[in-house]
Amino acid sequence: MTLAETKKLPSPVGESKTRLDVIEKVTGAAVYTDDIPFGPGLLHARVKRSPHAHAKILKIDYSKAEALPGVKVVVTGEDFPKRIGLYLVDKHIFARDRVRFIGEPVAAVAAINADIAEKALDLIEVEYEPLEAVFDPVYGASPEAPLLHPDMADYDVPNYIFPQAGTNIANHFKIRKGDVERAWEQCAAVVESEFYIPHVQHVPIEPHVAVARWDDDGTLTLWAASQSPFAQRNLIAKSFGVSQSDVRVIAPLVGGGFGCKAGVTMEALPVAIASKVKGRAVKLTLTREEEFFTNFVRQALVIKLKMGCDADGNLVALKNTMYWDGGASTEYGVNITRAGGYNSTGPYFFPNVHTDSLCVYTNHPIGGAYRGFGMSELHTGIEQTIDMLAEKMGIDAVDFRLKNCVKGGDIILTGMTMHPTGLNQCIEKAAKAIEWGKEAKPSSPNKLRGKGIALMWKAPSMPPNAGSSAEVKFSEDGTVTVSLGGQEIGQGAFTVMAQMAAGVLGIPYESVRVRGPLDTRYSPYEWQTVASRLTWSMGNAVVAAAQDARDQLLDLAADHWDEEVEDLDIVNGKVISYKSEQEMSVKDIGIYGLPNENFEGWKGGPIVGRGSFMPTYVTNLDFETGQGDRAVVHYTTGAQAFDIEIDKETGRIEVLKSASAFDVGRAINPELVRAQIEGGFIQGYSSAVYEQMLLKEGAMLNPSFVDYRIATAVDIPIEHHVDIIEVPQDDGPWGARGIGEHPMVPTIAALANAIYDATGLRLEGPPFTAEKLYLAMLDAGLVE
Amino acid sequence: MTIHTITCTVNGESEVVEVPAHWTLLQMLREKLGLTGTKNGCAGGECGACTVMLNGAPVNSCMVLGVECDGATIVTVEGLVKDGQLDPVQAAIVEAGGVQCGFCTPGVLISARSLLDRNPNPTEDEIKEALVGNLCRCTGYVRIIDGIKEAAKLNEPVVIKE
Ligand code: FES
Ligand code: FES
Repeated sequence: MTLAETKKLPSPVGESKTRLDVIEKVTGAAVYTDDIPFGPGLLHARVKRSPHAHAKILKIDYSKAEALPGVKVVVTGEDFPKRIGLYLVDKHIFARDRVRFIGEPVAAVAAINADIAEKALDLIEVEYEPLEAVFDPVYGASPEAPLLHPDMADYDVPNYIFPQAGTNIANHFKIRKGDVERAWEQCAAVVESEFYIPHVQHVPIEPHVAVARWDDDGTLTLWAASQSPFAQRNLIAKSFGVSQSDVRVIAPLVGGGFGCKAGVTMEALPVAIASKVKGRAVKLTLTREEEFFTNFVRQALVIKLKMGCDADGNLVALKNTMYWDGGASTEYGVNITRAGGYNSTGPYFFPNVHTDSLCVYTNHPIGGAYRGFGMSELHTGIEQTIDMLAEKMGIDAVDFRLKNCVKGGDIILTGMTMHPTGLNQCIEKAAKAIEWGKEAKPSSPNKLRGKGIALMWKAPSMPPNAGSSAEVKFSEDGTVTVSLGGQEIGQGAFTVMAQMAAGVLGIPYESVRVRGPLDTRYSPYEWQTVASRLTWSMGNAVVAAAQDARDQLLDLAADHWDEEVEDLDIVNGKVISYKSEQEMSVKDIGIYGLPNENFEGWKGGPIVGRGSFMPTYVTNLDFETGQGDRAVVHYTTGAQAFDIEIDKETGRIEVLKSASAFDVGRAINPELVRAQIEGGFIQGYSSAVYEQMLLKEGAMLNPSFVDYRIATAVDIPIEHHVDIIEVPQDDGPWGARGIGEHPMVPTIAALANAIYDATGLRLEGPPFTAEKLYLAMLDAGLVE
Repeated sequence: MTIHTITCTVNGESEVVEVPAHWTLLQMLREKLGLTGTKNGCAGGECGACTVMLNGAPVNSCMVLGVECDGATIVTVEGLVKDGQLDPVQAAIVEAGGVQCGFCTPGVLISARSLLDRNPNPTEDEIKEALVGNLCRCTGYVRIIDGIKEAAKLNEPVVIKE
């Protein structure tokens, strides 16, 4: 084969290969945590939870529960003094002196079956003394509010999170760029706005489930539906005072994560219970009701904005104050506030920026990572305010965005230089797809019609040194097994990694296996499956591992043929020489090596490729100004647009057209990218139109699928136009960036802008239910 | 706890099962018969992850008692493959890219199969209606619906001419 001929061979990278895991998933063979059998010795756990939003625990009496036949153990916070948490270590596994939200674990029972465990819960008597609670983050941040974590100053925290001792502010992130107060004078137009984005829930169809077993040798095994087996190993080891290598986390396929299975949430509960019944596996599955409010939720946001531009329509200044309703623990949430802060302009260039992003303790459920990590909430405010300013200036909303959106080379709000980005193309594509600018009449006098657009940007939000690693090994049949530590949560990570390994190694995609379940005893390290970082970060590690294996194969062949490596290649599973036109199959040499002439000895041996990746260039930001050389690794950008009608009689929104365009750097598997965009868009649409956790005095009033509606098959706008833009990332594999979270980020704002275009109304926040819209239209005199 | 012995046909096999009186069909399938393809997403009849065919009709197996199934015929996701061949709904959903995390997939496939059994040529609205009880948080449904449309085409009898 000549070089020219091989160059024409298709590469698996950039092709829409069928998912690796799809046959097992459509035949019912795929194994999720709940499917693993543990035999008759398994114990079932149930958790006693706080009925109070904020109260002192006076007394817990569990003697009756313990005496119930079939109950093996009852535990309380008494036994587990150490805190746990990803960023700010502020959470007890079970409440100790006080409870801080309704649903907080207070005690737990393990019994021979779930019915007995449930019965035993009723026999646990807890006496409380209710305390004044905080349900509003703005009040919570004020000096009048009662302190919810009086010991906050003693909590462990990394040096880029800034808790304010003596307050409920668990992180205060600031940006001070330019001089905002003086800048208002240069403005031809200034607008102010305030929005409220309520709590929502991730709603994975697979509930949280974890099984823990401590053995007498002091080792712990945890099976969990998990996005983060390594983070769980680390945090659990620390909290239980054991060594990380004595904690083994096994993580099978995940039935939907969206952030709620990241970090440590309920997994520490069975670990704690099992520590008191050594040798017995203890299983805890959350009920759907528990799933709604006892685990991570997407925290609510109050956002206050002031934005101005000059007479030519150039953005001049932004003041952004965000109060994040962090909930009872902000162990993870403090970093959402930080991300909200360093992204607080949205994807726009402002010479003057003043941001205060405040993470506030409240007596609400615990805010955690949710697809977008604060960005949906932030952009809901920014993108509507951009529209308001454009309107005030009499400038078309798309033109205004094209003029002001962030471009490669801009010095963005943190002082970092923006890398090349295809945001302009995204705007143009999304606008074109819904025929922006073309007059669109309602289809009937009973309807109002409107169009709206919104942009987004998001950087992976993670510690500066979040790392990835991978291994590549051969089997006798010439297939390659990739071991890695990032999780398959539905996004297609394993498939994309297989494509990358195949692409580097020169073997068919069909010859690559990806090893699951993840197992911290055997899998290479990965920080967490979050932040849309796997394609980029784990991808880089897989590429490095495959390259290492490739180098070893080529060295071996070059030695054998007495040729230069430069003349060799691997094509379609064969090592070939362009010079001597010899070839041999990798299958024959990947494990067994090669014999010397006349079998006088051998060379080579089983090939193991190793690779790792960690960004090394991210810098901390100054506490007072939020300035630093490089706040983040990179930004994925994009735009979404709607063309809608609103029924005047019902308030119902009907989507006529909708469109997305995102710059993913390079689509390794275009159909999987589209699937992420479509699915993320619908999740965003669902949050825009239906979803809200109704919280009253800290109690969730609608913890079921009947009362907390998510979009079903009959609710969705079926035509969603997708454009993929590819402006490569300098350190991404083939230029790729992540796209998992981004598609739901601009959706609420784009829909809100379309609603405004149709009605002239801006609601305080989502969900834009038919009822709410109808009443708002009634109020405004649009309908009778 | 009363235990009943029932006889039923599951995926074409005749089974004798000892099932506690208060167990659901979902529990019986997963814990007595090892058929873990059928998923538990809510245990309350709200999500459709546990959908199986009971005497030809799709039901939420978490809302049916095991003992009610004495003499019944049940088909779960594991029963869709015939002679090593994927059912058209499986093949078409794979092809359409209608699977992400896969947790809703077994229930979706059973709802789709039952739809096509009673209505071989459904309209898009009929497909959506048939799926209204199957929640999916990942895909946004579009590719699932596309897959079922394609499956309907494969569903039509293929006449082989000599
Ligand atoms: S598990 Fe049966 S409907 Fe959800
Ligand atoms: S594919 Fe994940 S819930 Fe449907």
